Amino acid sequence: MKRFPISLILGGLITGALIGAALLSRVWTPADPTAMNILNRLKGPGEAGLLGADQIGRDVFSIIMAGAWTSLGIAMTATLLGGAIGTLIGVSAAAKGGVFERLAMAINGVLFSFPPILSAILLGALMGPGALTSITAIGVFMIPVFARVSRGAALQIWSRDFVQAARMAGKGPALITLQHILPNISAQIIVQLAIQTGLGILSEAGLSFLGMGVAPPTPSWGRMLADAQTFLSSAPHLVLAPGLAIALAVLGLNLLGDGLRDLTDPRRRQAS
Amino acid sequence: MPALKKLSRQIGGLVITLWIASLVIFLLIEAAPGDAASIMLGTNAAPDTVAALRSELGLDRPLLWRYAGWLGGVLSGDLGTSYTYGVPVAGLIADRLAVTVPLTLIATLLSILISLPLGVWAANRPNGPVDTLASLFSQVGIAVPNFWIGLLLILGVALGLGWLTPGGFPGWQAGIGAAFEALILPSIALAVPQSAVLTRVTRAAVIEVTNEDFVRTARAKGLSRGRALWRHTVPNALLPVVTMLGLQIPFLISGAVLVENVFTLPGIGTLAYQALSQRDLIVVQNVVLMFTLIVMVVNLIVDALYTVLDPRLRGRV
Repeated sequence: MKRFPISLILGGLITGALIGAALLSRVWTPADPTAMNILNRLKGPGEAGLLGADQIGRDVFSIIMAGAWTSLGIAMTATLLGGAIGTLIGVSAAAKGGVFERLAMAINGVLFSFPPILSAILLGALMGPGALTSITAIGVFMIPVFARVSRGAALQIWSRDFVQAARMAGKGPALITLQHILPNISAQIIVQLAIQTGLGILSEAGLSFLGMGVAPPTPSWGRMLADAQTFLSSAPHLVLAPGLAIALAVLGLNLLGDGLRDLTDPRRRQAS
Repeated sequence: MPALKKLSRQIGGLVITLWIASLVIFLLIEAAPGDAASIMLGTNAAPDTVAALRSELGLDRPLLWRYAGWLGGVLSGDLGTSYTYGVPVAGLIADRLAVTVPLTLIATLLSILISLPLGVWAANRPNGPVDTLASLFSQVGIAVPNFWIGLLLILGVALGLGWLTPGGFPGWQAGIGAAFEALILPSIALAVPQSAVLTRVTRAAVIEVTNEDFVRTARAKGLSRGRALWRHTVPNALLPVVTMLGLQIPFLISGAVLVENVFTLPGIGTLAYQALSQRDLIVVQNVVLMFTLIVMVVNLIVDALYTVLDPRLRGRV
């Protein structure tokens, strides 16, 4: 009985909508997300546009759409970069073993004690705020996560008979990793990519909230919340929309990741 | 004493990783544009004034010398003087820790108090109403940014209901009650994502242990369901929960930076962030090193907790 898990469907739909909104915002938004219209200042949902207008009269719905592009772009780039480096470290550690493995995992430990915000504070001192700082800070934190997951998964495959057979046939560790290990752990890596992209969106929002993300006027959900803080009592709608957008985006990616995991690894279905 | 040997090896590892971290932090800050002297004196300062201050601060000494000086200072508790505050960095950090440490401790305690009962209950009655609620809570709680929860709490509780303070910190000298009150909403904001993660792990761990033979044996011996759960299942399920608690520390610290910002708490996160925007790099450098130290020490404590919680690990090196 092969059934699609409900989380996969729901997560796929939300993530699809998120990607759709991000792509659509490149060619069309209801209003120009950077155009101010002081007459609409702080107007509520329905009074000006679907979700109201912000402190300088920009259309909130349009900024949310354009913010999806920023958020997703930074989170995905960081996750793919960190994922690629981390996976490379993980599978190499599993293949080489010994001192190399211990050293790689020790460096991982150091990297893991630098959460994105902390690296961003350090990198911000070096390069100033911006997309590159965000991507690097988030990407660096992804490296140990992927290294750990891919190493664990790779070690499991290494102990299997068909890998032993390949070794006996005279294949080197690099070739085995390429031909046997990577294809067999790709499902786990893809699951992790989805979940970590969600985490990347959360981190990006946090960095922009602190003013360490993309520079204005590039739309960003985190900065929308930082701006909204000033108008908390007079315009609460400004707090609700970006927060919901972040939460929904992360929820969608997490559900997608869970669903993919259930699909590829039925044993975990009852456990989590 | 294998346990002692293990601990000393772990402390050795900690010292080495901390040293690598200090080197990375130092080099990154060194590479940052603008040195302390020109920042302190502003853009209009005469070049020879800047040069004089540079040599007074020891900035004209070689790189390795300054690194050794910083490291020596860290070991003896002298972290230098903040450029913007004009006070010793060590005292500045200590003052701010008096806010951040209670904040994160209350949040951690709160998240354990929420997630442990919820996770155990959910696991005890899989697919029941509590289980549905718990899985809903853990999915949504992980996705919601803690600083947004903070904003919503200010909006709903502090401004809406008029309960508690919307932000700021009166200081511990204003009395424990007043200081504690200022930390309640921030702790809740910080605890929600944490408890979402922990609920999920607790539930999964309890379900896994429930299916194990020794629990079945306990039930077969005539132990009631509840007694088997609390005597055998839960203690054995605690291990992954503690692991997760350790893994969450970096997120807890990141979260504290954000939540302190929302509630304008004078904690270590606000200090780091303000120091960065004022380019008070000596503060940034020391705060980041201290964060790293905290993460690593907590991980060490979590590792030691394993041994306490799981007697099977006690003999292992």
